[in-house]
Amino acid sequence: MYAQMIKSESSNDDPQALAEFQARIDRGERIEPKEWMPEGYRKTLIRQIGQHAHSEIVGQLPEGNWITRAPTLERKQILLAKVQDEAGHGLYLYSACETLGVTRDELFEKLHSGAMKYSSIFNYPTLTWADMGAIGWLVDGAAIMNQVPLQRTSYGPYARAMVRICKEESFHQRQGYSIMMKMAQGTPAQKEMAQDALNRFWYPSLMMFGPSDAESVHSTQNMAWKIKINTNDELRQRFVNETVPQAEYLGLTVPDEHLRWNDDKQGYDFSEPDWDEFFEVLKGNGPCNEERLGARRKAWDDGQWFREGLSAYADKQATRRTAAE
Amino acid sequence: MSKKEWPLWEIFIRGQHGLNHRHVGSLHAPDAEMAINNARDVYTRRKEGVSIWVVPSSAITASSPSEKGPLFDPAEDKVYRHPTFYDIPDEVGHM
Repeated sequence: MYAQMIKSESSNDDPQALAEFQARIDRGERIEPKEWMPEGYRKTLIRQIGQHAHSEIVGQLPEGNWITRAPTLERKQILLAKVQDEAGHGLYLYSACETLGVTRDELFEKLHSGAMKYSSIFNYPTLTWADMGAIGWLVDGAAIMNQVPLQRTSYGPYARAMVRICKEESFHQRQGYSIMMKMAQGTPAQKEMAQDALNRFWYPSLMMFGPSDAESVHSTQNMAWKIKINTNDELRQRFVNETVPQAEYLGLTVPDEHLRWNDDKQGYDFSEPDWDEFFEVLKGNGPCNEERLGARRKAWDDGQWFREGLSAYADKQATRRTAAE
Repeated sequence: MSKKEWPLWEIFIRGQHGLNHRHVGSLHAPDAEMAINNARDVYTRRKEGVSIWVVPSSAITASSPSEKGPLFDPAEDKVYRHPTFYDIPDEVGHM
């Protein structure tokens, strides 16, 4: 997902306090920033929300790649609005993360140094315009699967950020599908381009949910804390069930020869993605890892003089105000 | 100075229908003017508001979670503050 393979941190807290905390979560209460929370809960959430925020920010890059080359002015405006939304989503999430006692600049530094991760999906290249369709449809579609349940997560600021994000995310998926429809109904070359985008983004989208975690201790702890609501396999299954008919409507073929409707489980059987590839991408060896992080670092460094200028102006204005009083 | 982080601002937006300004979130900005500019981009991309307030987060004093009991429990046994506490006979009509 946008946050993948989040390890839960253990806590050395007082067992009595831990039990009371768990009882609050079990009663469905929201945990708010100033309230007591186990150290492990706090640290795990910083990792998860931070990774989620980084994904929104880095996620602007593959799509930003096509803004200047959008086929029409309308598509350009739409893509621009979508990418701007991603920036907004990153900001909501950074704010939520900061309530846990980490600063914005610390989070940026950890992203730029590689100490914190972002979703594996953004390390794949966007080679054609159809990729803008595939990303909106599949990548944002997969994100929605995860984010809708997270609106009920136990940490108040995170849940509120998710509510805001989910309201806007549906536009992202629909604009992507609309691009796919246009291309699938276009010339044979355009349809082929749409098929090619689906071929390249299908398995990386399945990887977004992370490897099976039904047996994982981290997953069990995170689910008890309600910072993870469903297992990775549940969400992946739900995604496949919803997406396959949408591909059929487009007249495109999901690149999986083992894809079959299974009447017993009322869902599709499908092939697992290549998990070795997933771990390689996570380790930094994906097709675009260096390019993405390089672009982030450059944006941060190139903006330094501007941030300093704004700070200097603010200081000067403040001094003038004090002098006038 | 280069390492100084921009202060945090709490953002309040009033929607179209004359309701109160409502807290929508927070953001970093070097000063109040930039905070308003940024709030416009971050929190009103879909006509969510017609007015923006920005307040330095450091200027907000919040009640402490441990005061929850003393502050809010006293309201619990005062059901007579609600109109539904009173039975008005049907013959009287709407009140």
